[in-house]
Amino acid sequence: MYVIQSRSLLAPGIAEFVVEAPLIAKKRKPGNFVIVRPTKTGERIPLTIVTSDAGQGTITLIVQAIGKTTRMMHQMGEGDAFEDVVGPLGEPTPVANYGRVVCIGGGVGTAVIYPMAKGLKDAGNEVISIIGAQKSDMVILEKEMGAVSDELLITTDDGSRGMKGFVTQALAGVMERGDQIHGIYATGPLPMMKAVADQTRASGTRTLVSLNPIMMDGTGMCGACRVTVGDSLKFACVDGPEFDAHAINFDELITRNRAYMKQESEALKSLESDQSCKAVRAL
Amino acid sequence: MSKKKEAREKFKKIMPMKPRERMQIPRHLPLEQKPECRIENFAEVSNGFNVELAAEEALRCLECNDPVCMQGCPVNVDIRSFIGMVYQKDYQGAINKIRESNYLPAICGRVCPQESLCESVCLVGKKNEPLAIGKLERFVADYELKNGGFTPPQKAEAKGQSVAVVGSGPGGLTVSAELARMGYDVTIFEALHEAGGVLKFGIPEFRLPKHIVDAEIDRVKALGVKIETNVIIGRTLTIDELFDEMGFEAVYLGTGAGSPRFLNIPGENLSDVYSASELLTRVNLMKAYKFPEYDTPLKLGRRVAVIGGGDVAMDAVRTSKRFHPEKTILLYRRSREEMPARAEEVHHAEEEGIEFHYLTNPVRIHGNEDGSVRAIECQKMELGEPDEQGRRRPVPVKDSNFMMEVDTVIVAIGQSPNPIIQQTTPGLETSKWGTIIVDEHGATSRKGVFAGGDISRGGATVIQAVADGKLASRSIDSYLASVREERSTKA
Repeated sequence: MYVIQSRSLLAPGIAEFVVEAPLIAKKRKPGNFVIVRPTKTGERIPLTIVTSDAGQGTITLIVQAIGKTTRMMHQMGEGDAFEDVVGPLGEPTPVANYGRVVCIGGGVGTAVIYPMAKGLKDAGNEVISIIGAQKSDMVILEKEMGAVSDELLITTDDGSRGMKGFVTQALAGVMERGDQIHGIYATGPLPMMKAVADQTRASGTRTLVSLNPIMMDGTGMCGACRVTVGDSLKFACVDGPEFDAHAINFDELITRNRAYMKQESEALKSLESDQSCKAVRAL
Repeated sequence: MSKKKEAREKFKKIMPMKPRERMQIPRHLPLEQKPECRIENFAEVSNGFNVELAAEEALRCLECNDPVCMQGCPVNVDIRSFIGMVYQKDYQGAINKIRESNYLPAICGRVCPQESLCESVCLVGKKNEPLAIGKLERFVADYELKNGGFTPPQKAEAKGQSVAVVGSGPGGLTVSAELARMGYDVTIFEALHEAGGVLKFGIPEFRLPKHIVDAEIDRVKALGVKIETNVIIGRTLTIDELFDEMGFEAVYLGTGAGSPRFLNIPGENLSDVYSASELLTRVNLMKAYKFPEYDTPLKLGRRVAVIGGGDVAMDAVRTSKRFHPEKTILLYRRSREEMPARAEEVHHAEEEGIEFHYLTNPVRIHGNEDGSVRAIECQKMELGEPDEQGRRRPVPVKDSNFMMEVDTVIVAIGQSPNPIIQQTTPGLETSKWGTIIVDEHGATSRKGVFAGGDISRGGATVIQAVADGKLASRSIDSYLASVREERSTKA
């Protein structure tokens, strides 16, 4: 069992969990993820390790409540435990001093970009970060991102915080300055990562994205996370999750990620009806 | 008189019939769930023998002086002796006898391809149907599970050395049981959240119930073997750390071949194309057949096509059938004769109403605008000259392409070794197929590291993994003995 040491709400529907997992905490590098099965009847879902504390033997995960599994995780708190946590998985982000890099996090993708930005900053890079959210109260990890960035830009869809617009617009501004950029790292919803890739393709700036395909075992066994990169078939769990954004077939991946939409909404409905029954029983 | 001879004399005395008469008894068939019932559930298809059927089947054994069945068994189970004990109703004796050679009898009695191993050489089979050795093995294993009576076999004195076993499939469990009996301290590391490996995620409940696998795992644990789940060797801990930081003196790699192969045809990444591994793991390990009680979903369409001809393809197609599509189709590019799947499973699949299309090779999967599967384009094949393995090679028939309307495609054409350990262990030699290279003793190029089963063979059977585990346990024992000796000379 992997005991939750603390849980705090970062934004509506987005919570941070500090979980006991000493072996993983000791090994984890930026870009790694874990597979979590919250309960005995639960699914195995991949989550990026935001940060870790080898001394305390803990890892930090950030979870947005979207489907049944993530909503159930949100109902767990300090002292509860996840049934299974396994990792660290995936190839770590290759980190060196490249020069000037841009790190982009969209929505809860900011939780994924943070360890990468920190790793790049620790390696001596000049880090320009862009984090985007729907509105001001959905902006997460602002302080943490600020601490590892030389410059932090914030965008919101409605303009309630920072620049009004999408992260791609902020990126355009950074690119227009004419300073040389040695690498762009983007994590967030697939359409956002695709848009960033399209934007940087012409200039040929090295662009890496961390993919979030459907995944089950995380060890290269199920093949669900397969993605076409250039001419080859890659498994995001063992070959990735980071890939050259310009080589990824995003359209294929977007379709594959929609595979279980119907089942997911069915599961969510059953969770809701189950909970309304519980509420009635409680009365 | 030796004990063995004594037992044989006793057996002869109680035998009511002459060998010639016994040869005439037809092979007993265990009761099975009817096809129309079993496609409605995931319960085991075969009910196995009861006491009466087992005794009558055991009567068919000729007690050959030179039991060829034993040589047909990759782990040389003393088949003649255990069957004699079944006839004498000494079921505990029979299971103990099997366990001397094979620690996983309830599993092997169910999933071994007996028809091409022990039963294929059984002398009764020369004139009549061979003895149902597998079903008898299963019977005694189940009898013990139902009636208790298990006491762990005696262990040798503790040797004070510990061994790490990577993977808890049939090979890992076997090597662990053998080493524990020799007095070693054994810890199994398993990447998934449950022990059992392919026995849990790969083989369906209707062929090998999970509680049977768990019961055999408990027998291994009873020998003092520890199992750590959720530990991925190569990621959570490396091989070097097992030696240097954790004090293990030998490592066995039984990580299997879990990485699915694909056909590399257009349309293979449409959203309704699965690997058999994904389908089977969702259903077997994650219990997608109990969705939404269990959270892992499975999405199968109205017409499901499975591509392949091995046991995994049979498991995938029969699993799909239990989700009630209108059509469940199997596509295989050779003919029924060349199909590598077990005869019993092919027969079961046919009974369950699977549509078999032989000499049919998929060349392209066609999708709808939304990225879902619409149809599979195939070409007809004919058989040409035999290949290196002696199987006749399928050759496309010119201008024979045709379309088959399907909305789910499952690719079951084989697995490659999982690459994580090879990628993270310096000095471990691998082949161009990614398998770990071992010598005739199961030793790898790294000192103290041994391997076996699918990770070194690339794709074999449960019993082969068991055989490799046994071989490696002897090699590890002699390796660790030399380590002990070296240590004592130094001291």
